[in-house]
Amino acid sequence: MTVFSVVTALVQVVLVAAVGPILVGVLRQLRARVEGRVGAGILQPWRDLIKLLRREPISAAGTSWVLILAPVVLMGTSLAVAVLVPYVSTRSATANSSDLFAVVALLLVGTVVLTLAGLDTGTAFGGMGASREITIAALVEPAVLLAVFALSPPAGSTNLAVIVARRVSDQAQLASPVSLLVVVALMIVTLAEAGRLPVDNPATHLELTMIHEAMVLEYSGRDLALVEWASSIRLVILLGLTANLFLPWGVATQAGALALLVGVVAFLAKLLLFGAVLGIGEVFIAKFRLFRVPELLAGAVVLGFLAVMAAFFLVQGSG
Amino acid sequence: MNFAAVVVLGQGVFTVLGTLASFLPPNRRALAAGLATGLLGATGFATGMVAFTRPTTMEVGSGLAQVSIRLDPLGGIFLLIIGLLALAASCYAVGYVSGPSASRTSWIALTLFIASMQLVAMAGSVAVFVVGWESMAVTSLLLVWTEHQHSRAVRSAGLWYAAMSQLGFLLILGMFALLVSTGGQSQFLNMHSAVSTGSPLLRSGVFLLALAGFGMKAGLVPVHVWLPRAHPEAPSHVSALMSGAMVSLGIYGLIRIVIEVLGRGPIWWGLLLLAFGGVSALYGVLQAVVATDLKRLLAYSTTENMGLATVAIGAALLFVAADRPIPAGVAIGAALLLVVNHAFFKGLLFLAAGAVLKATGLRDLDRLGGLVSRMPTTARLFAVGALAAAALPPANGFVSEWLLLQSLVQGERGSSTVTALALPIAVAVVALTAGLAVATFVKAFGIGFLARPRSEAADLAVESPMAMRFGMGLLALIVVILGLFPTAVLHWIALATTIPGARPITATWARIQLAGGASLAPPMLVALTVAFGALMAGFVRWHGRPRRTGALTWGNGGVRLSSRMEYTATSFAEPLQRVFDNILRPEQDVSVTPVAESRYLVERVGYEQRVDDVVETRFYQPLLAIGAAWGDWGRRLAPGSVHRYVGYVFGALLIAFAVISL
Repeated sequence: MTVFSVVTALVQVVLVAAVGPILVGVLRQLRARVEGRVGAGILQPWRDLIKLLRREPISAAGTSWVLILAPVVLMGTSLAVAVLVPYVSTRSATANSSDLFAVVALLLVGTVVLTLAGLDTGTAFGGMGASREITIAALVEPAVLLAVFALSPPAGSTNLAVIVARRVSDQAQLASPVSLLVVVALMIVTLAEAGRLPVDNPATHLELTMIHEAMVLEYSGRDLALVEWASSIRLVILLGLTANLFLPWGVATQAGALALLVGVVAFLAKLLLFGAVLGIGEVFIAKFRLFRVPELLAGAVVLGFLAVMAAFFLVQGSG
Repeated sequence: MNFAAVVVLGQGVFTVLGTLASFLPPNRRALAAGLATGLLGATGFATGMVAFTRPTTMEVGSGLAQVSIRLDPLGGIFLLIIGLLALAASCYAVGYVSGPSASRTSWIALTLFIASMQLVAMAGSVAVFVVGWESMAVTSLLLVWTEHQHSRAVRSAGLWYAAMSQLGFLLILGMFALLVSTGGQSQFLNMHSAVSTGSPLLRSGVFLLALAGFGMKAGLVPVHVWLPRAHPEAPSHVSALMSGAMVSLGIYGLIRIVIEVLGRGPIWWGLLLLAFGGVSALYGVLQAVVATDLKRLLAYSTTENMGLATVAIGAALLFVAADRPIPAGVAIGAALLLVVNHAFFKGLLFLAAGAVLKATGLRDLDRLGGLVSRMPTTARLFAVGALAAAALPPANGFVSEWLLLQSLVQGERGSSTVTALALPIAVAVVALTAGLAVATFVKAFGIGFLARPRSEAADLAVESPMAMRFGMGLLALIVVILGLFPTAVLHWIALATTIPGARPITATWARIQLAGGASLAPPMLVALTVAFGALMAGFVRWHGRPRRTGALTWGNGGVRLSSRMEYTATSFAEPLQRVFDNILRPEQDVSVTPVAESRYLVERVGYEQRVDDVVETRFYQPLLAIGAAWGDWGRRLAPGSVHRYVGYVFGALLIAFAVISL
C-alpha cells in the first residue's frame, strides 16, 4: 500500500461526496432551462444541505433506533462504494476489494436500511414507499448481475479495477456489441436504482407516484441532510460506474500526480456528459406506472443475457 | 483407546443420559434434559473436529449387525452444524418448553432426534445410514406432532410429513439397493471405485432415485409440500433443528452419493439438478415473499436456500463432467458454505420466531409490530438473522451467495455451448432469488418488529427469558463471525470438497482468494462502511443541535395515526404478488353488503385474499383425489359375498399356476 494509493482513495471519496449534490443541481438546472425557467443554480442542493445540517433532527414517537441509524448506514455504504469503485484510478488502496458483487451488495444494504426506516415510521406513506422501493430493488438484481457476468470474461475477474484497467488497455472491446448491450442495461439499472424518471420522479410529492420521497417523509434536519446527500452520492456512483465502463479513457492506471489529475478531470467530464444526457432525456419522458416498471427491468435482463452470450461467443471465436 | 472413540462413546453416553433425564419430575426435567442434549451436541461438535483433523473409520461387530462409523471431513461439516445447533436449541428449549413440548416423550424424542442426525453424518455403511435416517424421520415426526391435541393443523401437518418422509425413505432404500447390487460394496469408503464400472443405465437410476429421495428431505419443489406445513406447527426449537440440520442432511446425501460415490456422469445430471435447484429457489422465495405466517415464511425460505445449494451441486456436476476441477471445487465449496450458513441463520430465525410466538401467541405478521421496543434483544437478534437470510454483508449469507455466483461466472469460460447457455440463466435465477429474499426479510423484520403493534397481544409482549436469549445469542454470534471471517470454516470446507486435484479456495483471515482470480475481503467492506458512517455521524452531530424525540408522526394534517393505518405484510408484498401473479395465482374475494334501504349505499365491504401453494392445489390434490377415488372403487371388490371371495381365490390360483408353468 503506497502513499499514492491511499491519496487516490481519499481523493476519490472526497470528489464523489462533493460532486454528488452538484450533479443533482446540474440536472435540475438543465431541466429548468429546457422548460424555459431560470432555475436556482447548480449550487442550490449544497445550500439546502448546509441549511439542513444546522437544523435539529426530530424523531416521531414510537420510532426506534432503526430510524436514527439508517441515514448513517446509508451514508457509510455509499462512501464505501465511492472509495471501492475505480472512478479516477485503478490503483487505489482498496482496488483489490472492488469486487462488483460486493459493491452491489453494499448498495443494497443502503436500500434496505432506508426501506426499514420507512417501515419504522408506521405511516402508510413510509410503508408504501418501502414496499415499492424493495419491489424495484428485487427486480433490478438480475439485470445488474448479468451485466457483471457479461463484463467479466475478457478480464477474467469480477473485480471492477481489473475490468476497467483491461478496458483501458484493450480499446477494441469498447465498440463490441457486448459493451453496447451492457451499457444500455446498466443505464436502465441506474434509472431504477437512483430513482430517476421514468421509474420514480425525484421532484414529486404526490402519494400515488412517489417512491423514494415517501420513505424519507418523516426525516428532518441533519438526518434528512444525510439521506439527501447519500442519495446524490448514489447517483454519482451509478452514473459514474456506467460512464467509466463505457468510456474508460482517462482513468489512471499508473501512479503519479499528473495521471491522478487527468483521472479527476476526465471523470468530471464523463459525469457531466452522462448527466446531461440523463437530464435532458428526463424532460421528454413521463413517469411509468409502477406495474410497467417490471417490463422495463425485464428488458434490461434480456439485454444482459444477450450480452453474456455475445461475450461467450466472441471469446470463443477469438480464442 | 483413541480420542475419536472417546467422543463417539460420549455421544452415546449423553444420548442415554438425555433419555434418562426425561424421566425426572417436571420441575427438574427441562434443566437436566436440556443439559444432556446440549452436551450431546457439544460432543458431536468435538467428533466433527476429530473428523477434520484425523479422519478415521471404526467398526464394531460383524456381518449384518456390523456398525460402521466413518469420520471424514464431509460428515464433519454436518456434525459441526448439528452440534452447534443442538447446543443452542437445547439452551433455548430450557426456557421455551411448556405444556406438551415439556413432556417426557417430547424430551426423549428430541434427544434421539439429535443423536440419529449425528449418526447419519457419521455413517460409514449403508446399514448405519439407513437406520439413522429412519430413526431421524420417526423421532422428528413425534416432535412435529407434539401439539396434536390442540389443533387440527398439527395433525394434518404430521400426516403430510409422515407420508412424504416414508415415501422418501422408500426411494432411498431403492437407491441403496441398486447401488449395492451394482458395486457389491456396502461401505461408503470403497463404493466409488466399485460402482464406477457399473452400467450407465444403473448409475443414472441411482442418480434419479437419490435426487428424488434426498430432494424430498431437502424440501425441493415439487416435493417440498411437507415443509411449509411441518415447520410452522412444530415447537420452535424443533423447527430450528429440522430446518437447520435435518433438511441440510438431504444436501449431505446428495453430495455423498452423487458427487462422491457416483462422481462423473452425463451432462444432463448437472442440468437436471440446476433446473430443480433453480425452480425450488425461485418458487420458495416467491411463496416466502407473500407469506404472512412468520414461520411459514421461514419454511419457504428453507426451500429457497436448499434450492440454491442444489444449483451449486448441479454446477459442480457440470464442471466435473467437463473435466474442470477448479470451478467444480468452488461450486462444491459454495454448496457446503450455503448449507452451513443457512443452518445457523435459519436456526436463529426460527428460535426468534418462537420467542415472538411465546410472547404474543401470534405467528401472523399482519397482527405483529412494535416488538423492537417491547422485545429489544429478540428484535436485534432477529435483525442479524434476517440480514444473513437476505444475503447482505456483514452477515454470513452474503459470503456463500458470493461464492455461488463466482463459481457460476468462472465456469462460463471455456465451457460447452449447453453449459454456457445454462449458467447465465442460473445466475439470473440466483440474482432474482437474492433480490426477492431481501424483500422477504425486510418484510419479516420491518412489519413484524418495527412501527406500532397491530394487535393487543403484540402490544403486551415482554422479552423472553435468559435461557432463550442465550441460545439465540450464540447462533447470532456464529452468524456474524462467519460473515466477517468465513475463513474459520472455509478451511474445513476445502478439506471436504472431494474433487481430486482441486484446491480452488485459499483463505487468509481477512480475505478469500479463488484460483480464478476473484477475491473477497468481508472485514474490509465492513470496516470501510463503519469508518465512513462513524465519521459522517460524528461530523454532522458535532455541527448541529441535539435530537428532539417523541414528536407526533406526520398524519396529513393533525390526524392521530392508528395502527389500522399502517402497512401490513400483505400490503407490503402486494406489488410483488401482482408482478408474479401468473405463478402465485392468489385468490381474491370482494363481498359488498349494501344497506337495507338502497343498494347504492354500501354498509360493509369485505375483502379476502389467499395465496395457496400452487403445487399443492394443482398437483397433489388431484393426485389425492384420484387415490381416494381408486380406494372407493376398490371397496366394490369386497361386497361381502362369499361366492365372490371364493372366485377370487380360484382366479388367483389359476394365475399362479399359469405363471409357474411358463
